[in-house]
Amino acid sequence: MDLLEMKKAHKLLARMDYELGKVEKGYTNRTLYINLSDNTIKTKPVTEQMKEIFIGGRGFGLWYLWNAITEKTKWSDPENEIIISTGPIGGITQYPGAGKSLVVTLSPTTGSVMDNNTGGYFGPLLKFAGWDALEIQGKAEKDVIIYIDGNSGYVTIEEAPLEAVDSHLAAEQFTAMYADSEEDKRNVAVVSSGRGAENTLIGLLNFSFYDVKRGVPRMKQAARGGTGTVFRDKKIKAIIVKYSGVKGDTNGPADKQKIIDAGLRLHREIYELDKVQNRMREVGTAHLTEIMNDYDLLPVMNFQYGSHQDAVKLSSDVFKEYFTQGLPDGCWYGCSMACAKAVDNFELKTGPYKGQKVCVDAAEYETVAGVGANCAIFDPEYVIEANFYCDTYGMDIISTATSMAFVMECYERGIINKEITGGLEIKFGNKDAALELIHQMGNGYGFGKIVGQGVRRMKKIFAEEYGADPNLLNDIGMEVKGLECSQYVSKESLAQQGGYALANKGPQHDEAWLIFMDMVNKQIPTFEDKAQALFYFPLFRTWFGLNGLCKLPWNDIEPADNGLTDEPAKVPEHVRNYVDIFNGVTGKNITKEDIILQSERVYNFQRIFNLRMGYGTRKYDIPPYRFMGPVTKEEYESRAERYDNQLKELGYDIEGKTVEEKIKMLREYREDQYQKLCDAVYKRRGWTPDGVPTLETVKRLGIHFPDVVELISKHQ
Amino acid sequence: MIKVNKEDMEYQEGMTIEDILRKKKYTFRMITVIVNGRVIPKDQHSAYRIMDGDNVDVVHIMSGG
Ligand code: SF4
Repeated sequence: MDLLEMKKAHKLLARMDYELGKVEKGYTNRTLYINLSDNTIKTKPVTEQMKEIFIGGRGFGLWYLWNAITEKTKWSDPENEIIISTGPIGGITQYPGAGKSLVVTLSPTTGSVMDNNTGGYFGPLLKFAGWDALEIQGKAEKDVIIYIDGNSGYVTIEEAPLEAVDSHLAAEQFTAMYADSEEDKRNVAVVSSGRGAENTLIGLLNFSFYDVKRGVPRMKQAARGGTGTVFRDKKIKAIIVKYSGVKGDTNGPADKQKIIDAGLRLHREIYELDKVQNRMREVGTAHLTEIMNDYDLLPVMNFQYGSHQDAVKLSSDVFKEYFTQGLPDGCWYGCSMACAKAVDNFELKTGPYKGQKVCVDAAEYETVAGVGANCAIFDPEYVIEANFYCDTYGMDIISTATSMAFVMECYERGIINKEITGGLEIKFGNKDAALELIHQMGNGYGFGKIVGQGVRRMKKIFAEEYGADPNLLNDIGMEVKGLECSQYVSKESLAQQGGYALANKGPQHDEAWLIFMDMVNKQIPTFEDKAQALFYFPLFRTWFGLNGLCKLPWNDIEPADNGLTDEPAKVPEHVRNYVDIFNGVTGKNITKEDIILQSERVYNFQRIFNLRMGYGTRKYDIPPYRFMGPVTKEEYESRAERYDNQLKELGYDIEGKTVEEKIKMLREYREDQYQKLCDAVYKRRGWTPDGVPTLETVKRLGIHFPDVVELISKHQ
Repeated sequence: MIKVNKEDMEYQEGMTIEDILRKKKYTFRMITVIVNGRVIPKDQHSAYRIMDGDNVDVVHIMSGG
């Protein structure tokens, strides 16, 4: 079908013309509100208070969502919103990693607030089109698109019945439809999802950026917690923004030279050191696979083990051969880290696009570790194929992988069988079954309908309908707060167990990754040390999401002398860069301590948001036991020496004890350690013993809004 | 006996930093090696001989993920 025909079928539902805005010091000072139930389009002012307390990005998203819903709102209620915002720094082109979009919504899987940080051009182009954030509420009756023209100054809501839903096609169609020429395609950014977002609870959003060299729209994902499911439930097919004229000062910086200087320092480091450090420019995050395998941290067979002899088949050297080299793979202008690797001309072997040759945004570490090692399938072409389909179907690949690994273990342990799976022999290592399951999930049939609901719901179904032991399911089902775990084995690092399970949205590594500091370097031996790390790092990382920044250029490249500094884990020189670029953009004069303070406000607010939605206390911070230690005999035996030694050092008499007895002893000890960790972290964060920010803390942070005070007062 | 990242390790006559890294499977590239409080530059790792009783810290710098 041709594009003209598709466009002709659009039906205009609403239009708002607007004065083009100007970005001043990182803000346009207004946001765009759209309600799809009654087709309202309107402008909202950004207040000084919003900028001071919430900064932008995820902070703006949380604030808008807080005001839009009540504690009773469910993800599928029209009141739920999707908010997309970059942040004051988002859109600069001089410093690597400065074009991220933050997405906030109520999650179908956790029932609470979810945030995602993604690449692609949408967030910055939205701002340059005149809007610091886009807030979408309500539900459309039929499939619609939202189009924002940042050069002509209008916004429309249109019914769009004919374009594809699957992202690789939707991005291509809408990019071509709204670009005036091939040259203009880079000025169009599309947010879309896929059929899998309609059929599962783990839908994601794809954010496009046009790859001029390849001549295709590429995609980065806002993947976690079912954000795409909310998007399709609102019947949004795509959101398109168009803005041409991105320049070095479009973000209106107060002091451009400050940003240029910081950028030059980092560019130089990347060019000189990346090749001897992480090789991000060559293989992206895929370099982590062999590292995690060597350190026994690579999840294998549903997080039972930390390494596998076949992991070498998924090493970065293998993927390097698939990645097209020498292309500028940055997901926003000026990112010389260029880690967004792609496989070109990949011929699909299965599914509705079988036989077609496609460009796949593959494969990042999480994908390789998740659908690969964690499912014990050590086949790179399968990984690329799974990657393509999860993305285009609009399904979170981390949740898909962790759910599949869980199902595989359940199958092998006889908890489920072929009768239940509809004939699928869903064992570890069975790549055909894994791909079939992905297609079932995406298309909403067979056993895929169950798996697409995620681990938490599967636990319930398997226990209630198939008579499985709920305790075992709870121990091995790798989710916390309803979100599936990302792909690192945390068993031997108490600090990382906290990094995962205390994370506001659920176990995602973007809050804290402390395994090397804790387990390898042994730099944080006491509870207080760990609590300090779990204070500082989640807050430092939160700041990226307030400003539209990518985490990777912070510590996936480091100055040559970083190891000689007082606190190498913080990368002090890069922290200085961040202070400079924030001040350079906004004209403010913050210090590195202010970075933590800015984040602390938003982080605590998000914790209180969880409380408001019925969670946010200690009992929701406790992970399944497999996060902490060996659940089964086989797991214990795979690290018997380590565990035996630990028990002996702790004074346990293990002479003549069975493995089961030793598992029990270790479990008692580790569960107790985890509770003590919570005590220490809550105290350091200024929370009550039940994990609720104290009145004193919220007052200190200036977030003591009347409804916040009323809510937390009940929990003091 | 030597200490590597606060854990005991058998000392072997003539062992170098590189031997320790290999033995411990410390393959991550962004590391700083500190012997008895002194940073040993990377280009000396293959030649630097460890003495019995040395305290070796191999600081992995990524706090990544
Ligand atoms: S480091 Fe990678 S993910 Fe981050 S902005 Fe650059 S290309 Fe995108």
